[in-house]
Amino acid sequence: MLASIAFYVLAAVAVISAFAVIAARNPVHSVLFLILTFFTAAGLFVLLGAEFLAMLLVVVYVGAVAVLFLFVVMMLDVDFAELKQGFLSYMPIGALVAAALLGELGLVASAAMSADGAPIAIAPAQASDVTNAEAIGHVLYTEYLLVFQMAGLVLFVAMIGAIVLTLRHRPGVRKQDIAAQVGRRRSEAVELKDVRPGQGIG
Amino acid sequence: MIAGADYVPLIELPVEWEWAIMKAGQILGIVILLLVSLAFLLLFDRKVWAAVQLRKGPNVVGPFGLLQSFADFFKFVFKEIVIPAGANKTVFILAPLITFVLAFVSWAVIPFANDVVISDLNVGILYLFAISSLGVYGIIMGGWASNSKYPFLGGLRSAAQMVSYEVSIGFIIITVLLLVGSLNLSAIVESQRDGIWMWHAFRLFNFAEFPANILVGVTMLAMLVMFFVSALAETNRPPFDLPEAESELVAGYQVEYSSTPYLLFMIGEYLNIVLMCAMVNILFLGGWHAPWGPVDNPWLGFLIFYVKIWIQFFLFAMVKAIVPRYRYDQLMRLGWKIFLPTSLVAVVAMGYYVTFIAPAAATAVAGAQ
Repeated sequence: MLASIAFYVLAAVAVISAFAVIAARNPVHSVLFLILTFFTAAGLFVLLGAEFLAMLLVVVYVGAVAVLFLFVVMMLDVDFAELKQGFLSYMPIGALVAAALLGELGLVASAAMSADGAPIAIAPAQASDVTNAEAIGHVLYTEYLLVFQMAGLVLFVAMIGAIVLTLRHRPGVRKQDIAAQVGRRRSEAVELKDVRPGQGIG
Repeated sequence: MIAGADYVPLIELPVEWEWAIMKAGQILGIVILLLVSLAFLLLFDRKVWAAVQLRKGPNVVGPFGLLQSFADFFKFVFKEIVIPAGANKTVFILAPLITFVLAFVSWAVIPFANDVVISDLNVGILYLFAISSLGVYGIIMGGWASNSKYPFLGGLRSAAQMVSYEVSIGFIIITVLLLVGSLNLSAIVESQRDGIWMWHAFRLFNFAEFPANILVGVTMLAMLVMFFVSALAETNRPPFDLPEAESELVAGYQVEYSSTPYLLFMIGEYLNIVLMCAMVNILFLGGWHAPWGPVDNPWLGFLIFYVKIWIQFFLFAMVKAIVPRYRYDQLMRLGWKIFLPTSLVAVVAMGYYVTFIAPAAATAVAGAQ
């Protein structure tokens, strides 16, 4: 009873806020709705008994990725009128992407349900003393070790690429030299002068 | 339910509703306890600060100024809420609410004593980490919604700062997890039940298990210090209070806030500091267990936990009083170039300890008996 109330509340909030992501006029509001969507999705994971995944979703997406989204969107100087203009020209390609996603969702749903509507893809029965985190760890670091490491490498390459693309060494720009700052001694920085009354330091 | 034959409940409730009402009662109790404690912690913070500067601190309202926080509370609540004309109203009001609510939500998994916990989650420590990583939203939203330069700069600073220090906090937590082998907070405390030398922070001085104690002891002591410093940065506490540095940004993200919204921000901030004290306590300093041995009585355990939190809050207050503020680039260098590599090495060291040294030491002890 309580669980089903929680499910319907979370699901409704998730759908409404997901719609609001594309409907909101202000991009910052869109990102905030996106965060709400992530959060409710994490709640749905908890209801499914996948609390480890739920926490990862919150830590990674809500705690880190969305913060950076928000960071960037807040600093943009957005012209709303200009933003609206391109709507019709982007419409066909947007519709195409939406149709593809809908088709994929249908495929997944049909794979999970047999012809009589009963769910068929039931998670393998777990020993009750193995926790969520432990079960995922066992699979991730044994069967899927290679894929896992490769995914890490791909992310690493992407990160290095972003740095290489944006890093420019411009000549003639004064830059902070941290080693010089830290390595400075007191004797080089401070000098005690005996100032005579009525006179300055010449 | 009382299993007496003549016991007739007033209203027949389904079991799960009864459970929900009981949990709601527990939550209410903890919220009230936290708020009342917070009132005195705030006063304590100001008193310590004053004592360091050879002042008396608040001493007018009530005996020794004990009622100062309550007087401040009424003053905050009865002032007018000013919303700037150019502000984004919804987000402006939402930001302090988020900070306030998140600060309370984390306490759901904190084990105060043996079996005294609202929700004994299997992934308790991850939950704490997740909720504390959300704390940045209140600040960044408040800074943006104010539609003014100083708050915005403060919000951006805090976003970068909190995301940076979260990384090293995450790795520090992993070292503890590796040692304990569980994500459950009660299990983490239980692994430190045998007196002060089994607390993770002081394993180095546990010479009974020499030489196995050297690696784990040095690593854990270093992790304790790093966790404490990262906690200062994560809660925007001096010397890392750059989001609200008054000498540069007036008051950072809080510039436009007044009255009750400001109060909510402040309560959230202090509650997060107390939460960090509790986390240090659970991860490194034995939770509700006494230095001389295990404590299984919930009342005594709760008392010990409470006293330990006050001691750690004293440390936070002292740091605020005696350490000058960091510069922003120094803060970032400390986070990314010192803490992150050190904690990564510590994770590897703990992995080595758990896989190779600990089993060997265990067999050596078993062979000696």
